[in-house]
Amino acid sequence: MHMADALISPAVGGTMWVATAGLIGYCSKKIKEDIDDSKIPLMGVLGAFIFAAQMINFTIPATGSSGHLGGGMILAILLGPYAAFLTMASVLTVQALFFADGGLLALGCNIFNLGFFPCFVAYPLIYKMIVKENPTSKTLAVGATISAVAGLQLGAFFVVLQTVFSGISELPFNTFVILMQPIHLAIGVVEGLTTAAVVIFVWKSRPEILQPILSSQTEPKSSIQKVLIGFVIATVVVGGALSWFASAHPDGLEWAMFKTAGVEELEAPEKGIHSSLAAVQEKTAFLPDYGFKKTDMQGSDEGGDAWPAVDPGTSVSGFVGGLLTLLMAGFIGFILKRRKAANA
Amino acid sequence: MATIENNLFDIRYMDTLASGNSSLHKIDPRAKLITTLIFICMVVSLGKYEISRMVPFVIYPMALIISAELPILYLFKKIAIVAPFAILVGIFNPFFDTQPLVQIGDFSISGGWISFTSILLRFGLTVSAALILICLTGFNGVCMALEKLKVPGPFVVQLMFLYRYLFVLIEEASRMVRARSLRSFDSKGMRFNVFVQLLGQLLLRTLDRAQRIHLAMCCRGFDGHVRLNRTMSFGYREIQFILFWSLLFVIARWYNLPVKIGSIIEGYFL
Repeated sequence: MHMADALISPAVGGTMWVATAGLIGYCSKKIKEDIDDSKIPLMGVLGAFIFAAQMINFTIPATGSSGHLGGGMILAILLGPYAAFLTMASVLTVQALFFADGGLLALGCNIFNLGFFPCFVAYPLIYKMIVKENPTSKTLAVGATISAVAGLQLGAFFVVLQTVFSGISELPFNTFVILMQPIHLAIGVVEGLTTAAVVIFVWKSRPEILQPILSSQTEPKSSIQKVLIGFVIATVVVGGALSWFASAHPDGLEWAMFKTAGVEELEAPEKGIHSSLAAVQEKTAFLPDYGFKKTDMQGSDEGGDAWPAVDPGTSVSGFVGGLLTLLMAGFIGFILKRRKAANA
Repeated sequence: MATIENNLFDIRYMDTLASGNSSLHKIDPRAKLITTLIFICMVVSLGKYEISRMVPFVIYPMALIISAELPILYLFKKIAIVAPFAILVGIFNPFFDTQPLVQIGDFSISGGWISFTSILLRFGLTVSAALILICLTGFNGVCMALEKLKVPGPFVVQLMFLYRYLFVLIEEASRMVRARSLRSFDSKGMRFNVFVQLLGQLLLRTLDRAQRIHLAMCCRGFDGHVRLNRTMSFGYREIQFILFWSLLFVIARWYNLPVKIGSIIEGYFL
């Protein structure tokens, strides 16, 4: 489920970073407005709880596999969307840094996929709708399960979208969707059931823990729209700005813009930003545009196919040179090591 | 992902590495964080059939590992543990992209295999860069760098909390699991209702603990901001570090060094 750096392009990674950074800033502001300091240690400790909870596994009957508690939804239920999003972001940051689960560039994608959908889509639109202000065990169970499943499905779908737009993997959209969604449906059901069970346990033993969040005024109904609008704008701007940046398939993102926006009106400003940025960039010439790529591809831009012009000479020298570079790197390493040993 | 207990051991080990004393350890965390991000962006921005351009980038993780004396085998193992996802998604490339792309003598390699190799290389480079960052800087170092780089305060503070209480809570959870398995004659598998009881108890304890922590902090004058008694200096050495590596990355990114070297060699011998 975690996106890896190796599978995304800088355009996709950058877009998701900006979107996620915006959300983190927005949530932090919201938390600060809540004068309640006690939430910050609570968030951190609950984040650690998410890790600890993964130690406790139950056996899924008749399958031989085991399940454990997932992350986003239980946090949203306990903390409310803003604090939960920040906590989820920090859980994923720790995972990226220590367990190399996902990567630094993909961190934006991962936080978005696993944080945004449970906290800002599934929680307000599903959980809150089902679990009204006076919850019962039944509504809590149904709400937690359905929203966990929905959140995970959306997240998995975004993994597919991000992978396809990046164009590094050859997996066609359809195949990947058929691969990802059912797997995550199964995972989502397990996560949903465990989330529901734990929430009910808390509700029965200490209802006062859930009560303040259920009756709180931080109903993100109108602000969710602001967040969504902000996200769309950020996507368009950043996507337009970054699409020239070394994407092997420059039209992938434009296609995405068209598909997601569905309106051609959006394309004009996007093109405008695109072209004006390109002009600026040509002037500064810090990052050569597709120029260097064209020489590589030998004018195969119009074809749109995989680069057909294969020059055996280049391949051989690339191969020989690659080996030599590795040897040189090894040599430098060797010298560094010798110097270390001499110093010691 | 390995079991969480092993991960805990890993985190402690990486923290031990981060407390090392090489000149790289002493560089300001901000410089290392920025350089790592530049490195990853440069690697990831390469085209999907690119292998030769990627090779020179190996020098960065390698130089850091050797000059900071990080355990290379251990890092390899860590990378291998998380490799499956990248392999799983990448392995389809050879099946979907069968157009021959490289010709060496009579031997031709399809575009799919090239891009698969490229994915694996990318993966190795980016993951090792992130791991090295943490091994050289430590988590608190990265957090401080984030705060200095104007990442919102509440986010950074609770990130530090998470890290601090990770150990406490994982140990608590593992004690609970051990207690259950001792009382149930180590029966394999946990029934769902037992699982819920354990997890629920852990959650309640966690919430109580958070409240105690907060009260204790309030007694000590906590106002939503953690003050650290460690100075960071972003000086000449840091700028040098960033500039040196960035320059190297940019050269490696835009000049296909291996092909250049290869053609020089070929011109010499043929």
